[in-house]
Amino acid sequence: MTELICIVCPRGCHLQVDPENGCRVRGNQCPRGETYGRDELINPTRMITSTVRIKGAMYPRCPVKTSAPIPKHLISEAMKALDGITLNAPVKCGQVVVENVCGTGVSFITTRDMQQL
Amino acid sequence: MHDLIVIGGGPAGLAAALSAWENGIRDIVIVERDKELGGILNQCIHNGFGLHYFKEELTGPEYASRFIDMLNDTSVKVKLDTMVLELTPDKELHIVSSASGYEILKAKAVILAMGCRERTRGAIGIPGTRPSGIFTAGAAQRYVNMEGYLVGKKVVILGSGDIGLIMARRLTLEGAEVLACVEIMPYPGGLTRNIVQCLQDFNIPLYLSHTITKIHGSPRVEGVTIAKVDGQRKPVPGTEQYLECDTVLLSVGLIPENELSRKAGIEIDRRTGGPVVYENLETSVEGIFACGNVVHVHDLVDYVTNESLKAGKSAAEYILNFNDPTGNSVSPEHSDISDIRLVNGVGVSYTVPQLIRIPKNLMVNSSLSISDPDIELSDQLQDVEVFFRVNRKFGRSRIGVSLAGNELARFRRERLAPGEMEKIRLPKSLLMKCLQLGLSEIEIYAVDEMTGQASADNANETKITAVSQDSARRIQIIRQDR
Ligand SMILES: Cc1cc2nc3c(=O)[nH]c(=O)nc-3n(C[C@H](O)[C@H](O)[C@H](O)COP(=O)(O)OP(=O)(O)OC[C@H]3O[C@@H](n4cnc5c(N)ncnc54)[C@H](O)[C@@H]3O)c2cc1C
Ligand code: SF4
Repeated sequence: MTELICIVCPRGCHLQVDPENGCRVRGNQCPRGETYGRDELINPTRMITSTVRIKGAMYPRCPVKTSAPIPKHLISEAMKALDGITLNAPVKCGQVVVENVCGTGVSFITTRDMQQL
Repeated sequence: MHDLIVIGGGPAGLAAALSAWENGIRDIVIVERDKELGGILNQCIHNGFGLHYFKEELTGPEYASRFIDMLNDTSVKVKLDTMVLELTPDKELHIVSSASGYEILKAKAVILAMGCRERTRGAIGIPGTRPSGIFTAGAAQRYVNMEGYLVGKKVVILGSGDIGLIMARRLTLEGAEVLACVEIMPYPGGLTRNIVQCLQDFNIPLYLSHTITKIHGSPRVEGVTIAKVDGQRKPVPGTEQYLECDTVLLSVGLIPENELSRKAGIEIDRRTGGPVVYENLETSVEGIFACGNVVHVHDLVDYVTNESLKAGKSAAEYILNFNDPTGNSVSPEHSDISDIRLVNGVGVSYTVPQLIRIPKNLMVNSSLSISDPDIELSDQLQDVEVFFRVNRKFGRSRIGVSLAGNELARFRRERLAPGEMEKIRLPKSLLMKCLQLGLSEIEIYAVDEMTGQASADNANETKITAVSQDSARRIQIIRQDR
């Protein structure tokens, strides 16, 4: 039995996942916890949020996120994909910054509008 | 004179203004000292916002922009780069901006939404040098995420509040080494999910019951000494370790920002650090409402939004009443109101709201209709949502609500922790009962069902045993879980 804490929402349910029994999940208060518990044992994933350089905006950094969770072991490699990227204002929220991060099919996208100054 | 002025343009101010607009108020001004709307959310680039309210997981800036977009479809006026210097009890605001200098605005109603600021207290008491390289976690967050400066390369974090945890991950991703997160209490201050995904994911050690006893270095931090603490939070000699680092982040909590409120003569609750509020979020000064982190520190922005929508609606009702030339009161005069005070019992450190107003005419009726109060009162009285925090960790437990020592409602929880805000809904039948019995206090407390003790350190409380007696007066109201 593996004890996990669900991180899908701030409630933080304590899950018991049984690797023998087809990864049966207990302790979840909603169905998302079941998916999380199973995935966390088989293929743990995380969303990544970070920033990239931007020129001509109110601030020198523009926040970005992965459009979907990516495998946990790819986090540091994915971060490298952001190095050296510079956007030019204006940008719109949801604009693609890096496509197909580490071959995952997931993109880095911006998470806010930034006007040109 | 404006109808409504909202002080602060963070998520609380945005939701409050929108809700007042939706409830028919048109002359609304938001005053924000920063150069853009969104408040603290602009620097919270991580995800985890909006799961309750929007049912999807957003980052801070995304959450803020949903509300800013909605606001753009209204004629709510926004004054950016404008600081409110003073608020008077008759709702005059002294404001200053570089664009228009010093001005005085007046409003029928005001909503306080100034958020909170970070405590720095943890640093003040630490012996040693006063080098550069010590930041509050939130300031570091702004530097890294908005201004683009990495604050240091080897970092120790004092305190395990959410901002510190989030920054531990953020700095690690940016290539810094986070050596430790040091927490004086025996439990973490932040949300469990942040312990997991910000510390455990990156193998960052969390030292519970530890503190920094000395900061070394000059002019820049060169290291810290950390030590274990005993039950009295005093360092235990012989447990010291030295950690070499160039940066210390403080994540030792937030304090509601209430200088303005105090000056306006608003009653402040010592436990929350925010104004005492009624169930409609009105403060002790008529027509001044408050919501969001200025009232009490929320860990979830979704709760801030809900609270603020309510505050906006209440302010709108107040203004519409104010505008009504016939003087037909929408809400009754204060003399016709009875206040019920929510008292925090064992295990509970505070409640919000602190006060519930109930029209007295209900009380008169109520004495006649003990048989079935629910039916008669359904639209005049409403259930009241109460937020609170417990003051220690609990296993399987119940939250009890009692009137004069009789437990009238209970809510089960699998566990309770000070780091996680709790919410219960007081049913109107209970409020009704309170009136019928002529009581003016409702007590809320937490009991560990495993140990049967109300509190490990305070087991001599007698409140609970009273429940079994006097069962004739006892009504079973609810058995509700989240
Ligand atoms: C680092 C951090 C991480 C968080 N993580 C999460 C999370 O993962 N998930 C989640 O749901 N919630 C999270 N929260 C909580 C959430 O962000 C806050 O509860 C929320 O932002 C509070 O909103 P607010 O409007 O009350 O305060 P704020 O956002 O602080 O806004 C207050 C505004 O008032 C303005 N102001 C103050 N005084 C004056 C004055 N005198 N004149 C003019 N303007 C003034 C300020 O400039 C500011 O813009 C986090 C909070 C922090 C700090
Ligand atoms: S199981 Fe559901 S409710 Fe519990 S933490 Fe996970 S997502 Fe949240």
